[in-house]
Amino acid sequence: MTQRRKALLAFLLGPGAGWLLLFFLLPGALVIIYSILTRKDGGGVLWIVDFSSYAKLFGPTDGALINDFMIIFLRSLWWAALTSAVCLLIGYPLAYFIALQPAHVHSSYLFLVLIPFWTNFLVRTYAWKFILNNNGLLNTLLQDWGFERVALINTPTAVLIGLVYGSLPFMVLPLYASIEKLDFDLVEAAQDLGANYLSVFRRIILPLTAPGIGAGVVLVFIPVSGQYIVPTILGGGKVAMLGNLLAQQFGPALNWPFGSAISVVFMVLLMVGVVFYLRSERRDGEAGL
Amino acid sequence: MAERFDVELRTVTKRFGSFTAVKDVSLGIRQGEFFSLLGPSGCGKTTNLRMIAGFELPTAGSILLGGKDVSQLPPFKRNVNTVFQNYALFPHLSVIDNVAFGLEMKGIAKNEISKRVSKALEMVRLPDSGNKKPNQLSGGQRQRIALARAIVNRPQVLLLDEPLGALDLKLRKAMQLELKELQRQLAITFVFVTHDQEEALVMSDRIGVMDHGVLRQVGTPEEIYDRPADRFVADFIGDTNFLPCQVVDYRDGSAHVQVAGMTMTASSDHALTANTDAFLAIRPEKVQMYPAGASHNPDEERFAGVIVEEVFMGTDTRYVVELAPQTQIVVRQQNMNVASSRFALGQTVDVGWEAVFARVLVS
Ligand SMILES: Nc1ncnc2c1ncn2[C@@H]1O[C@H](COP(=O)(O)OP(=O)(O)O)[C@@H](O)[C@H]1O
Ligand SMILES: [Mg+2]
Repeated sequence: MTQRRKALLAFLLGPGAGWLLLFFLLPGALVIIYSILTRKDGGGVLWIVDFSSYAKLFGPTDGALINDFMIIFLRSLWWAALTSAVCLLIGYPLAYFIALQPAHVHSSYLFLVLIPFWTNFLVRTYAWKFILNNNGLLNTLLQDWGFERVALINTPTAVLIGLVYGSLPFMVLPLYASIEKLDFDLVEAAQDLGANYLSVFRRIILPLTAPGIGAGVVLVFIPVSGQYIVPTILGGGKVAMLGNLLAQQFGPALNWPFGSAISVVFMVLLMVGVVFYLRSERRDGEAGL
Repeated sequence: MAERFDVELRTVTKRFGSFTAVKDVSLGIRQGEFFSLLGPSGCGKTTNLRMIAGFELPTAGSILLGGKDVSQLPPFKRNVNTVFQNYALFPHLSVIDNVAFGLEMKGIAKNEISKRVSKALEMVRLPDSGNKKPNQLSGGQRQRIALARAIVNRPQVLLLDEPLGALDLKLRKAMQLELKELQRQLAITFVFVTHDQEEALVMSDRIGVMDHGVLRQVGTPEEIYDRPADRFVADFIGDTNFLPCQVVDYRDGSAHVQVAGMTMTASSDHALTANTDAFLAIRPEKVQMYPAGASHNPDEERFAGVIVEEVFMGTDTRYVVELAPQTQIVVRQQNMNVASSRFALGQTVDVGWEAVFARVLVS
């Protein structure tokens, strides 16, 4: 490689590499280091190596199968999975619908999908609280129409509604991108070969839009598994998720090393998941998708 | 009783919004026939084919397959298969799975499927490509797989939408013959769409010529070429000279017309009224050329003229002869003599043709 090409490469890769270093590698390294240091009263860390945070995390179960921390871990994963599934069920038909419209209206529909982003997520979640409250919009309407009131606020259902609401655009956009790329001649070809609507979907549309499904699930699953705002506001703190646990460690409990250890374990877990996902993507790519 | 056709279109019209893509087309295609729909791009060929396959529903009229009205049936309930213009192979499936798709949809037993798939791959002469993905094949190979994927289902009718359009000239010529041979073996009715008149002439038992959504003429290649129904057909298929003329009289397929001040005999398939303005259509290769004043066949009509243009084209030479001011005619002469004894630019010549080859076309 010539000197000039090296310089060009550095120029082109520099900003991206700098970004990664500044916003991903450095904080990541910091968290890893903190996780093996000692707790300092009143917050912060003492620079004494100590693995007790990990011992606590994977530690005594008080006779149960797993300890409380692991239960929160699993719950977070479960909520993330559930939210992804519900987003997929709502987002797929929605994305499909948009992709089927004449091309010139696509951007208007996508615009509608993105409009919520104009308002801060916290504000929007509070809005949901007003809707779902016992004396909120929903219950007022239900009552006016002669139905029973429903107790939604501070229940898992309310949390799920909030999570799905906040994540839906992240599911719809990659799905739209892959459905929009779908060659609809293939749908006709399958029908021509005797496939009814269900078979066309199962054998042609679903496999060919799988990359969009994968991307959408990753984009929903990862942020939701660390969600803090929704379980706090709509779950009333009764539905503790990983984000709440973390907030507690860095906040009231003032145990930074333990909070860092939780983050590290979760990061590793998600990274393993993402690596598997990327590998399966590449395999499909080689297979001609 | 009317003849029973394998495919029949009865006064079919297809409109997209206010645009009429197919206009009142009636057409019967016989069992085992190689039928081509021929016409310039945008004339409604694909729309016709898509209505037969079931991808579009006719705005008016009906479509019959094997005598049954299928106008309202979805594609997967019609016993026809299509070879798509862009092949539309499933990119995520291997060649074998592509070809097996239709049989699987019909619920045919696994071992029967694999037998029929291998046989179909042999028929298109690609027996060893089964495990490849479509993107690992060349254009010509993809075309064959698309063909195999369709014929493996033994459809009643095979629809082909410009299947050779994407191939290079040499491969296309080879595939034309191969496809024709395949059709003969399978004895399946083929409805073949093309805008290439030569391809249609070479391959078809019969041709339907379309223009702006209208079916202009249906006939064998010979009928279409030698007896075009109108000026569009004569112009679209092969080269034709059009000489403005006026009808003098008409009787039993034979007409007298006035051309450039001369009265001559010509032919027409429909009755003509005297004094109608028309065109005399003559193929360049049907025109004979002689040195001025040479003796000639008394059945031939004759004109004197001057060669104003000469283009050597290998097997033959194309001359433009001026018969009268503003009246020129193209003549093709096979190059059977050595160059020095051929006609030359500026030479005065006589041109003539037999009356049967001169067709009077009103529209
Ligand atoms: N889905 C459609 N919507 C609107 N116009 C169409 C549609 N399909 C075809 N057309 C129009 O109908 C005409 C005939 O098209 P087509 O049958 O594809 O022609 P060909 O196959 O002979 O080239 C074209 O002018 C085309 O633009
Ligand atoms: Mg077409």
